[in-house]
Amino acid sequence: MTTTIPTQAQALDSLDLLESQAIFIFREVAAECERPVLLFSGGKDSAVLLHLAVKAFAPAKLPFPVMHVDTGQNFPEVLEFRDALIDQLGERLIVASVDESIARGRVLDPGPLGSRNRLQTTTLLDAINEHRFDAAFGGARRDEDKARAKERVLSFRDAFGQWDPRAQRPELWQLYQGKVNTGEHLRCFPLSDWTELDIWRYIERERVELPSIYFAHPREVVERNGLLMGVGEFIHPEPGEEIREEMVRYRTVGDATGTGAVRSHATTYPEIIAEVSSARISERGATRGDDRFSDSAMEDRKREGYF
Amino acid sequence: MTPETALETMNLLRFATVGSVDDGKSTIIGRLLVDTRQLFDDQVVAVEEASRNRGVGDLDLSFITDGLRAEREQGITIDVAYRYAATPRRKFVIADCPGHVQYTANMATGASNADLALVVVDATAGLKEQTRRHLCIAALLGVRQIIVCANKMDLTGWDEAAYDRIVKEVDQLAATLGIESATVIPVSALLGDNVVLPSNAAAYYSGPTVLEALEAAPAGSWSSSHGGNEEAATRLPVQWILRHPGGGRSYAGMVDGASLAVGEEVTVLPSGLTSRVKAIDSPHGEVEEAPIGLSVSVSLEDDLDVSRGDLIVGSGDLPTVTSELTATLCWFADTTLVPGARYRLKHTTRSTPALVTAIDAELDVNELALRPIDKLEINDIGLVSIRTASPLAVDDYGHNRITGSFVLIDERTNITVAAGMIGPPLLLEQH
Repeated sequence: MTTTIPTQAQALDSLDLLESQAIFIFREVAAECERPVLLFSGGKDSAVLLHLAVKAFAPAKLPFPVMHVDTGQNFPEVLEFRDALIDQLGERLIVASVDESIARGRVLDPGPLGSRNRLQTTTLLDAINEHRFDAAFGGARRDEDKARAKERVLSFRDAFGQWDPRAQRPELWQLYQGKVNTGEHLRCFPLSDWTELDIWRYIERERVELPSIYFAHPREVVERNGLLMGVGEFIHPEPGEEIREEMVRYRTVGDATGTGAVRSHATTYPEIIAEVSSARISERGATRGDDRFSDSAMEDRKREGYF
Repeated sequence: MTPETALETMNLLRFATVGSVDDGKSTIIGRLLVDTRQLFDDQVVAVEEASRNRGVGDLDLSFITDGLRAEREQGITIDVAYRYAATPRRKFVIADCPGHVQYTANMATGASNADLALVVVDATAGLKEQTRRHLCIAALLGVRQIIVCANKMDLTGWDEAAYDRIVKEVDQLAATLGIESATVIPVSALLGDNVVLPSNAAAYYSGPTVLEALEAAPAGSWSSSHGGNEEAATRLPVQWILRHPGGGRSYAGMVDGASLAVGEEVTVLPSGLTSRVKAIDSPHGEVEEAPIGLSVSVSLEDDLDVSRGDLIVGSGDLPTVTSELTATLCWFADTTLVPGARYRLKHTTRSTPALVTAIDAELDVNELALRPIDKLEINDIGLVSIRTASPLAVDDYGHNRITGSFVLIDERTNITVAAGMIGPPLLLEQH
């Protein structure tokens, strides 16, 4: 298929520029690092990340595997989506399981309904060590959080997996340098400069497939700490909480115990884009219990080696 | 959020803040984001809470970009914060840079891809040495447009003489640095005058607000707007060889310098072998012509030996293939650079061992003159000679930012210790 693209650089719209930059980063890291891996949660950002990775290396296969850090507390729709997508692409999937980390005594079991958000860090770092990965692609964006706004595209992690925000490598021009010593690794963020709206406009343009829970659907929910939590295997109503059926969708997808839904009737891409454009609450603020612990919750978790 | 009416036709401006510590760079960016309603309600509430917790008033605007705990503790910016803003007229990528001399490497990181510098000057104090220094680095990196905010004008009682003094200082400096436009806007970031909302406080000023100036500034990628060379030819550093399942290879990379078309004659450097472009694959499928900034993979008519680090060049001017470089170097490490030091040099997609054979001069950023010297200390800028183990295909930085730049890497720690621009300092060339 041949399409005509105008020849002036200005004719590339902002999505084209973001897309090409992300592809550039994928190719640089694949070339500079020995053993990269792509972290895939099943959320919209990682769906876009995987879509871009496939474009970066087409018509060849990905030169790295895909890894899901499985909290064991997933939305079933997300696991279905993950397996169907990986199957369709014919790529390699590694599942690093928090359940296994608990079974091996690496982390304490917070109980059947406790948050496993922070436990993922141990599972992730163990898997990086075990597979000797020296680079991990993630879908984090700088517009998500004030600590992420400070992070380099190629972000260095020491042998303990820690991020030191006060000693980041200079990163000038298009010179992304990916060398690390044994035991150290990089986190690589090709979507650094994308905003939530860019992600949705790109999903619409490219028809990127997503888990069904991103679109409005009726769901039984309880209201907890200001979040609408979907009642299911991991969320049971507590005394005083009332189950209601509401039309909702998920604006982010994380652990089922920590991710809230938003009230919505948006069932199509344009409706979601209109909704995101007029939102007054940030996506993490509207949907994530895990970011509400403290003023620097994300910075603290990132220092420990979180995504 | 701003309604996404005309995003498709909207252009993109990348700008970086430049100025000394405490002159109000982060506060201006905070004001710009708040008054153009780029922030979500919960983000504003979080900043209000953090401000009250630290006893710095109801809403410390600098906390919007100073997101690290250590930054809020000290009230300074340590590393670049990237923020994104969209108005009905334009999209912005904002790099809010630190003002401390200690964090010059971070400032250079933020400014290296900027189209424009938003210079912030404390009107009660005038232009400080640190502002000159950072503006000089921005100019060396190729930033040619500035917008200047004379900030804290409310503290001078909107004194016209204070404003005039800054206009004069800025005009002088801009002329020496070869910077084109230097609109000076009297503002109060704290109160909001002339940042987004026009103000009558400075009766003598009738120019644009900061936002209006940012919306009106010419945008465009550095490589296409700078250089301005009609003869410029394509530069395509090869990143990766794509092996097609059915046989055949293509060479992946991002187009720079000029667009690349199917059928065009190309030279592969450093080998010097030539061929023609057989096909160009892009993220949208095959294209006849690929503009600057597009990630592509290119297949050639002839079966040549091409590997990562090679440079595919279109018809037109050729880069220089050499192992001997003269370059302007920003030294970031806390060790001293002396002749004989060995590093890994990364230029485009090629890495090679490199030897610093001589340090020829240091750039005095106050006098804008070169002084003979034989070593560089942290944050010094110098003119150096480098020999590389394998030859590189290079352009002067003033001609092409991608093929004219490199970094030096400590082979033991893998830390980037210096940023280099091939050729003499940009701003001295024009004298």
